[in-house]
Amino acid sequence: MDLLYQIVAHYNHWITIFLMVSGLYIVVSRGNMVKKLVGLGLFQTSVYLLYLTPGKILGGTPPVLSPDFSVYSNPLPHVLILTAIVVGVATLALGLALVVRINEEFGTIEEDEIFAGDEDE
Amino acid sequence: MIAANLPALQVVLPLLGAVLCAFFRRGVWAWGVALLVSLTMPLIAAGLLVQVLESGTISYALGGWKPPYGIEYRIDVANAFLLLLVSLIGAVMMPYARRSVEKEIAPERQAWFYTLYLLNLCGLLGIAITGDAFNVFVFMEISSLASYGLIALGRDRRALLAAYQYLIMGTIGATFYVIGVGLLYSMTGTLNMADMASRLAGIENSRAVLTALAFLTVGISLKLALFPLHVWLPNAYAYAPSMATAFIAATATKVAVYLLLRYFFTVFGAATVYTRLPVAEIFLLLSLAAMFGASIVALFQDNVKRMLAYSSVAQIGYITLGIAIANKTGLTGGIVHLFNHALMKGALFMAIGAVFYRIGSVRIDDLAGLGKRMPITMGAFTLAGLSIIGAPGTVGFVSKWYLGLGAMENGWWWLVFLLVASSLISVVYIGRVVEVIWFRPLSNAAKGAKEPPLSMLIPTLLLCAATIYFGFDTTITAGIAGRAAEWLLAGSG
Repeated sequence: MDLLYQIVAHYNHWITIFLMVSGLYIVVSRGNMVKKLVGLGLFQTSVYLLYLTPGKILGGTPPVLSPDFSVYSNPLPHVLILTAIVVGVATLALGLALVVRINEEFGTIEEDEIFAGDEDE
Repeated sequence: MIAANLPALQVVLPLLGAVLCAFFRRGVWAWGVALLVSLTMPLIAAGLLVQVLESGTISYALGGWKPPYGIEYRIDVANAFLLLLVSLIGAVMMPYARRSVEKEIAPERQAWFYTLYLLNLCGLLGIAITGDAFNVFVFMEISSLASYGLIALGRDRRALLAAYQYLIMGTIGATFYVIGVGLLYSMTGTLNMADMASRLAGIENSRAVLTALAFLTVGISLKLALFPLHVWLPNAYAYAPSMATAFIAATATKVAVYLLLRYFFTVFGAATVYTRLPVAEIFLLLSLAAMFGASIVALFQDNVKRMLAYSSVAQIGYITLGIAIANKTGLTGGIVHLFNHALMKGALFMAIGAVFYRIGSVRIDDLAGLGKRMPITMGAFTLAGLSIIGAPGTVGFVSKWYLGLGAMENGWWWLVFLLVASSLISVVYIGRVVEVIWFRPLSNAAKGAKEPPLSMLIPTLLLCAATIYFGFDTTITAGIAGRAAEWLLAGSG
């Protein structure tokens, strides 16, 4: 029972780990360059949860000073993750731009086909 | 006023310069801005180094928010030295850039090249200067995103694939880094590295902290191209524009190594890193794999830039070997090699960039007989190549000497033999190119070649002269590296 409680109490981490591992798996296993980027996005998103969920304190209110409340949630993770989201968007945008250029130059975005046609140097 | 705000200027100037370059849109003007910024950077870095040597560690509260709550820029001997190295490399290479970029990049994209270069510089300097773990991530992504762009500007269409591959690997590395920082943050409640180090005392054996250490190590190792995580590097270096290759090869991996040292020694502390996890054994094994594996692969390359890229992976193995040896002499060797490798790889890639400028190719066969047409450039290439091998009188020898001594102190005499053996492989791959350059009949591609313009020749010769000068006069480099190693091993934050 104790063990079960331990597992359930950390459900946020289980979700995080699931997203993390599935994102990374997609990056490794897919040959399609857009799908790889989707996996990469999933992988990055999992980190947002890793930061945000411990920031919530049970019974805590939003961090606005008031004499009625004494327990506040931590706002800092949100700020950090806002930065990380911006970085993630920039990465995704650049990645997609590269895929568009690759498609123009090679006529495909499947890694196997590109490397098969690119043997001759 | 200016003296007090030097730490902020070091990062803000390249950022503003990048914006200016993007506005100008004209290649020459953008180059002017980049040159101006690049030449200012070493002055600022030197000013900071003087301040640090006179009055100890500088703590600069960015925006007036007191550390540990705000972002702190923290400059000590180790990163002041690194700031100077990175900004000097930038300053030496910028005059070289104009001709090389004119030749290799379409006119409408030249301003973007300088924009990306300045962003990259900003990110690298930022990683070196900041004392805030999350701020490092932001700067890491600034520099990485800029370098993906720089690589994609290469003429060859395979540059796009290299940039894409680097983007995937680099982002995975950066995300691993953030996961590590996130775990540390949830354990300590702080992002300031010095504060983090003091709050980790007592909980360094908890599973979350060790997991964080593992994530940080893997993430940063991806960025510094430690052996099995290096696959992005050869293509990226081979297909990027010459100037981008020279700059990235000389600086980016070095900054990543610094970051690793910072986490190992000042945040976690040598005691935790080396006793709780088999870090020394892992790094020893991977460094040796890099020194031999990558060197052997370098033997079979037809493209000189690709060969030098594999040699970079091998040379990074020497730097991480210093981390594995982990006594003062060995670590001095690693740190001094960080400096030395930046000099010699910079010189080699610049010489090859000059070759590409004249003959439009970097295939070994096309370089045949080039010693007769471009004797000065090829002389510089040969000297810097000797330094890679580690010939006495060059900087490469100095680092290997310290690494060897450090290995002996640990009683690892077999490592000294392996050091010599791996140097012998580099004799073969460098020697192969040198033989083709000097002793083969002139190739068709090299027929019309002559020395590159002075703006390209002088910077190359400067770096090459530095590899010889610091090979004889080791008081500055080994002296500062020794101080940094001592300070790192003492674990003072």
